[in-house]
Amino acid sequence: MTTNTTANAIIGAGTGATRTKGWSPRTESILRVVAPVTLGIIVLAIWQFLVTVGGVSDYLLPSPTSIMAELVAYWPAVVSATVLTGTNSLLGLLVGSLLGIVLAAVAARWRIADQMSAPIIAALAVVPIVALAPVLNSMFGADSQFGRQAIAAIASFVPIFINTLRGFRQTRPVHRDLMKAYAASSGQMLRSLTLPTARPFILTGIRIASSLAVISALVAEYFGGPRGGLGSLIATSAASSAYSRAWAYVGASIALGLLFYLATLALERLVLRRVPTGGSR
Amino acid sequence: MSDQIPTTTPAAETMTGAAGAEAAVEVRGLNKQFQTASGVVHALEGIDLTVEAGEFVSLIGPSGCGKSTLMRLIADLDVPTSGELTVFGKTATQARLDQDYGIAFQQAGLLPWRTVAANVALPLELHGVASAARRTRVADLLEMVGLTEFADRFPDQLSGGMQQRVAIARSLAEQPRLLLMDEPFGALDEMTREKMQTDLVRIAADTGAAVVFVTHSIPEAVFLSDRVVVMSPRPGRISDIIPMRLDAADGREERDDDLREASSFFEMVTEVREALHGGASDAENPAPRAARGVDTR
Ligand SMILES: Nc1ncnc2c1ncn2[C@@H]1O[C@H](COP(=O)(O)OP(=O)(O)O)[C@@H](O)[C@H]1O
Ligand SMILES: [Mg+2]
Repeated sequence: MTTNTTANAIIGAGTGATRTKGWSPRTESILRVVAPVTLGIIVLAIWQFLVTVGGVSDYLLPSPTSIMAELVAYWPAVVSATVLTGTNSLLGLLVGSLLGIVLAAVAARWRIADQMSAPIIAALAVVPIVALAPVLNSMFGADSQFGRQAIAAIASFVPIFINTLRGFRQTRPVHRDLMKAYAASSGQMLRSLTLPTARPFILTGIRIASSLAVISALVAEYFGGPRGGLGSLIATSAASSAYSRAWAYVGASIALGLLFYLATLALERLVLRRVPTGGSR
Repeated sequence: MSDQIPTTTPAAETMTGAAGAEAAVEVRGLNKQFQTASGVVHALEGIDLTVEAGEFVSLIGPSGCGKSTLMRLIADLDVPTSGELTVFGKTATQARLDQDYGIAFQQAGLLPWRTVAANVALPLELHGVASAARRTRVADLLEMVGLTEFADRFPDQLSGGMQQRVAIARSLAEQPRLLLMDEPFGALDEMTREKMQTDLVRIAADTGAAVVFVTHSIPEAVFLSDRVVVMSPRPGRISDIIPMRLDAADGREERDDDLREASSFFEMVTEVREALHGGASDAENPAPRAARGVDTR
């Protein structure tokens, strides 16, 4: 089962786990879950200890229990904020993915499109996209989520475009010859050769973009626009010195980011496990 | 479409078009040069060759003598620098668009994300064959190359030789009138190789397909061919065209394993061998040694 080995390799790479000699695969996979959870519990325990016994001011660093209490108290607000920011991120990710894949196909097909877009892509790749937030917010009005969604879309577009374009360039000469020999149309070429070849690259791009979409949708909320998302609630809670509540929202943001990352990672592994991507000569 | 199988060696090198069907491949004064960083490479120079419909022609010669290039020109995967080239009386491009040939490369070139069956089905799918017809055809083809139980495997679960057999099945999928094969058996072990050779001879005879077959192996060329085209490098030229006179097998359908031990087979091996080496260095090489599978790799 070569595909399973690949899948394991991906998990291994994902969590940075290293194989230590002497453990059975079963023990190892249990450890892979148990070890980070244990570490998390230890960190939380030390944190709680420092704040309650160690004399660190609860005002400076709220204790895990007080953050938990805030989380429970403001649960409906936390949920609706997470849904709002999550929706913005998801819309941005979807639009960015679609644009990235389509434009990469255009750039791969027409050299001139590639040459024209290269400087723009390079600029987008180095400029922090959230820098656009104040501009977009005022352009689309104070009660529109559009600016945030646009920022999430642009941020996710970049890695998807770059990865997809690289993927489109991986087709092997023997495969191109084969499709030409069969007089395949350019649409058939795209469907039967170019897209499947690029598939693992596209999925990697989407996985990278998923975190960026959440981060930028959330950070964009710091720069005005309608209230109610995780970013704006973190900002207002911190501004009114409600640090425990701010931390509760931070916790929800972490959960949201993880959710996006794990969902796209699962998608990647599911697709790649079903269809091998290499190994043929 | 001609189902006629030539039972005698077709007339070589003359334009006999009038008598029977149109020639499968007709090449006149063909040149191909590649512009490279280090200068111009004369891959082919002054190539004249006619492959009759239903005829089996092997190209043999040392590496770099332009065998693959000639095959790619016939397949319209590359364009000649000058000269004439027709396939069934049409331009190479038209013949490719009309799907007049099937092709197998030296590399199997299977799509790794498709199963064995889906790989064989690819040309049928691209050309709009209905899925029921596709399934039966693929099943037949896989049976022929002995890979029925591997239909649902992916290429990376197959050995190199099995992958090559899938590629051969794929090239036969649409029963082309012309088969182009570039060292397709190079990756196979000797036993599989001999079986595939016997099968290929039978398939070509059954379907009446003309075959242009590139190989490094003299016995392979002799066993399979009506004529063996011997090429020499720098610039790539045809140095000899040798009709195979194998008394034991007048018709190709009679080429079986007995032929491999017939004396006429050894004689032909020697003849090709001498042509390949310019007739020189062979004084101390008796035929039996050649028969054991000498090639020029
Ligand atoms: N695309 C190419 N660009 C430059 N030179 C090439 C190219 N294809 C083939 N050649 C050259 O043409 C010659 C013939 O090559 P090829 O047809 O592959 O030989 P063979 O198949 O007989 O080994 C070689 O010298 C090779 O280097
Ligand atoms: Mg070659």
